[in-house]
Amino acid sequence: MTQAQLQETANLPAHGSEPSGNHWRTYFSFSTDHKVIGIQYLVTTFIFYLIGGALATAVRTELATPEVDFVSREVYNSLFTVHATVMIFLWIVPATTGGFGNYLVPLLIGARDMAFPRLNALAFWMIPPAGILLLSSFFVGAPGAGWTSYPPLSLVTDQAGEAIWILSVLLLGTSSILAAINFIVTIFKMRIAGMGFNQMPLFCWAMLATSTLALLATPVLAGALILLAFDLLVGTAFFNPAGGGNPIVYQHMFWFYSHPAVYIMILPVFGMISEILPVHARKPIFGYKAIAYSSLAICFLGLIVWAHHMFTSGTPPWLRMFFMITTMVIAVPTGIKVFSWLATIWGGKIRLNSAMLFALGFLSMFVIGGISGVMVAAVPFDIHVHDTYFIVAHIHYVLFGGSVFGLYAGFYHWFPKMTGRMLNETWGQVHFWLNLVGFNLAFLPMHKLGLEGMNRRIAEYEPRFAFLNLICSIGAYILAVSTIPFIVNVIWSWMYGPKAGDNPWKGLTLEWMTSSPPPVENFDADPVLATGPYDYGFGDRATPVNVMFSDSRDPALAAGPNSALRADPDPAVAVSPDDRV
Amino acid sequence: MNIPSSITTMLAGILLTLISIWVGQNHGLMPVQASEAAPLIDGLFNTMMTIGTGLFLLVMGVILVAVFKFRRQPGDETDGSPVHGNIPLEILWTSIPAVIVLGLAIYSFEVYTQIGGLNPMEHSVAHGQPTHQMAHMSGAAIAAPLPSSEAEGRQTLVADAASDGIQAEGAIPGGVIQKEDGSETSITPGVGSMPGAKDPSKEFVIQANGLQYAWIFTYPDSGVVAGELHVPVGREVLLNISASDVIHAFWVPEFRLKQDAVPGQPTELRFTPNRIGEYPVICAELCGPYHGAMRTKVIAESPADFAAWVEEQKVASADGLEQALAVNPAAKAPDEFLAPYVDRLGIQPEMLHQLHSEAEKASHHVSAS
Amino acid sequence: MTGSTLDSTKTVLNHHHAEVVPHHTEHHDYRLFGITIFLIAEAMIFLGLFTAYLTFRAVAPSWPPEGTPKLELLLPGINTIILISSSFVIHNADTAIKKNDVKGLQKWFAITAAMGAIFLVGQLYEYFHLEFGLKTNLFASTFYVLTGFHGLHVAFGLVLMLAVLWRSFKQGHYSSEKHFGVEAAEIYWHFVDVVWIFLFLLLYIL
Repeated sequence: MTQAQLQETANLPAHGSEPSGNHWRTYFSFSTDHKVIGIQYLVTTFIFYLIGGALATAVRTELATPEVDFVSREVYNSLFTVHATVMIFLWIVPATTGGFGNYLVPLLIGARDMAFPRLNALAFWMIPPAGILLLSSFFVGAPGAGWTSYPPLSLVTDQAGEAIWILSVLLLGTSSILAAINFIVTIFKMRIAGMGFNQMPLFCWAMLATSTLALLATPVLAGALILLAFDLLVGTAFFNPAGGGNPIVYQHMFWFYSHPAVYIMILPVFGMISEILPVHARKPIFGYKAIAYSSLAICFLGLIVWAHHMFTSGTPPWLRMFFMITTMVIAVPTGIKVFSWLATIWGGKIRLNSAMLFALGFLSMFVIGGISGVMVAAVPFDIHVHDTYFIVAHIHYVLFGGSVFGLYAGFYHWFPKMTGRMLNETWGQVHFWLNLVGFNLAFLPMHKLGLEGMNRRIAEYEPRFAFLNLICSIGAYILAVSTIPFIVNVIWSWMYGPKAGDNPWKGLTLEWMTSSPPPVENFDADPVLATGPYDYGFGDRATPVNVMFSDSRDPALAAGPNSALRADPDPAVAVSPDDRV
Repeated sequence: MNIPSSITTMLAGILLTLISIWVGQNHGLMPVQASEAAPLIDGLFNTMMTIGTGLFLLVMGVILVAVFKFRRQPGDETDGSPVHGNIPLEILWTSIPAVIVLGLAIYSFEVYTQIGGLNPMEHSVAHGQPTHQMAHMSGAAIAAPLPSSEAEGRQTLVADAASDGIQAEGAIPGGVIQKEDGSETSITPGVGSMPGAKDPSKEFVIQANGLQYAWIFTYPDSGVVAGELHVPVGREVLLNISASDVIHAFWVPEFRLKQDAVPGQPTELRFTPNRIGEYPVICAELCGPYHGAMRTKVIAESPADFAAWVEEQKVASADGLEQALAVNPAAKAPDEFLAPYVDRLGIQPEMLHQLHSEAEKASHHVSAS
Repeated sequence: MTGSTLDSTKTVLNHHHAEVVPHHTEHHDYRLFGITIFLIAEAMIFLGLFTAYLTFRAVAPSWPPEGTPKLELLLPGINTIILISSSFVIHNADTAIKKNDVKGLQKWFAITAAMGAIFLVGQLYEYFHLEFGLKTNLFASTFYVLTGFHGLHVAFGLVLMLAVLWRSFKQGHYSSEKHFGVEAAEIYWHFVDVVWIFLFLLLYIL
């Protein structure tokens, strides 16, 4: 039998027998079911994504022409400030960690729920009020000092809005820390008996690394914001040079969190891609241990690179050199992942469904963002492009091309499990191509704009940049439109889509071993690992693939079944006839 | 045609390399180079463009080939090869990027040192005798001799015309500030200096103060204050950058140099313009709603033009300007230097003499009141 | 199982029958582990504030800034001794409940709570008698924010102890088998104590 059949058969007794599915009212309640909370996160954050996107569309509308002709300069500054804050703290961080993290981790490790279900619900319910609070700042004058909120500027403009911004971010940061605690305890303590660290799916490794970063770095941001709040509201001068304070200290504290934040935004997506590619290429993940440990490496390195955001702030040269080196080093574990993913699909049986399209789109676009990232790690080059549109291009290639494409891949891949229905494939493809085209039109020209001299956070620019900016704005509009097929597809399919069954993709990880959607406690009994999470390709051997440098006679060099990367088979139940004694 | 895949792969690799090298040299993405630091930075960028293009083409190539070659055939429900890993291959794709990254780090460090990032205090006394820089500038003859320019070892660059010389009495050598307890601390260093030991007495210092929403450039030697930055080509400028209210940043894309202006913490930027022209000076740190409008110009001109500009500015800001008829760069007597204009204005020399004394009396009168 | 990442010694394969035994897993208590992880986050917020303080100090021309009245050490010193001793006191409570001695738990917790309250009163007394205010200068601001933030944590620890004390009056609520609340309050209190040691050294001694 196939691997999938082996896993499913072994887990039949654990398969949920109670009716699954929830009444819509559950999703508006204080439910402690991690699946309900996960979906609450996903829907809420997607709504904030649309709001952040609307703000971006407004920004691009202004930037379609060189003059300031759409909104006032003050409003424009608020638009990009709130856009970024919403996208980071109300979309990508909670969607990846709270959304997919919460939904998947217990299922992947065979647990009934997270370690602290009520804490989980509490962490979620902090999000909508904090988000509404942030958006309400538009009524009193939204903050306009950028999502980075550097003092002294942030202390003197839009003070009411700034105070709201600080409070909102403090709440969202707290939610993130609470969720991180939950993931760390759950992953450490609640895996099923047969699942050691080296048997758990890579998404769990990713969530562990992400949660560690959130735990260690977010509190430092809280400290920075508390001091900023004192300066703003009470009149102290921690960061105000007029009173003897130092604005650079704020920058250090802010970026100590905000750099790891970008890894918090991408690591879960890396984990999801590691889950999605093997399933749709029908091939094991290439280099499991390398991918797992590289997540830890990125976690550790991510904590010691923050000052690369401050290369022109007036930091001492030795500091710039240190951070340049650590930043460049991070490219190595990231590169390991990219090459491992490429090797995963090479030689597979690729199905180009929407999930796979977005996963491959992620791979291509994220690499561009990664390349521009290594470029800006070089201090002499960064001195030229810091605070220009080159940076805007870089961040959007990694955040949109990386995180958002990855999130979409996750939506398409796990929607059948979450809802019990299949999404429409055709509209998924339309969604993908609109996204790819719109995204590249919007952000690729920004590289040139920055290099040629267009600085960021400006409502007016030199007329010679008009043509490229128009292209970017058109791309942004296409992106806005691209959300429509997705939204319609989701709503329609959730209600009327064809039934998915337990395992429409014939996956091997444990979430596919129970019903779609899973019952309240996921499994009727503890599930078992009859086969590893990525063990595709056994019973039915496929075309032999010529892997470079491999030598099937030598276990260390064999890429195939005799590879040293494998444990010995149990002769009694080994799937391959060759391994049965 | 059954060409072995290793050959097609090799050809693809060669093509990829050639394309990457070409793109690295011909991308046309940077503005013109107008400082001595710019070519060094562009060289680094070109290298990174080559590597980046190659990497991107490699990744895209593998994805596209895989998608076509390994697409599931209709009806095929079997799995792919059970390949879990390959240690030598993984070592290869860990070590090659590590080497590339190490190389880039060293190259960047080199460039950074060359543009003076590590040694903003190049001009310290320990570096030896002051060098005599030869004036490559044209038009040096226009300038009148300095009143006190006969001091030993002093350069007679055109920029000194009519000024008291370029000894940086007002400038702070080594970028050091005195603390209250008598100890010294250094100004946060900047970049842009080209090594070649400059003597503090020859430093060409300009103060740049950023405020919402303009730059004010002060030339301490000549007392000129201007909204546009004029600099002579071929001479290193030390820009002492400060801010009065919020954080700003001084950026000239054509110089490839940028430095934040932080209130309460003076910073410095050194550059040597080497191309005559006008370039934008852009504020590169959000400073308020008019951040986009905070821009001015840096005019890199020949030393002669620069000297003339300085003169004009000094006259323009001098007392009694309303009586000024012409600039007197060489301290000649009024009827002497106005002689050329006399014919054009149809004025008699005696009238000039009378005007001049009237003007003098008037200005004294004004200043006395 | 060739090629798998499975550790076959741990999987069901070794049992020669892939059998799932239906049973309800006991709910382990991970709450203490959770509190420990939470305290790591708390430690980071204090670490961030300490680093800011040290940076302000390092770049300032003189520290404390000119004219700042010197801090007296007697009262804060006594407070420090009280707080550190209270950590030993609270530990006695933990020992007591592990022997099922609820009365002992209550006694020691009450004493610790009193010591904590004295600490807070002492701190407030110091605040009212200091010659500099929150906005006087950078040192003053960091002093008040750091000690105030810590004081809030002491107050919260006090609340935890009182809550545990309250609960302990309920028959059988705490026993030698189950006393998570006691341990949680204790570990939190130790944390607050350690933070104070660093604070005291940074602000008063160094």
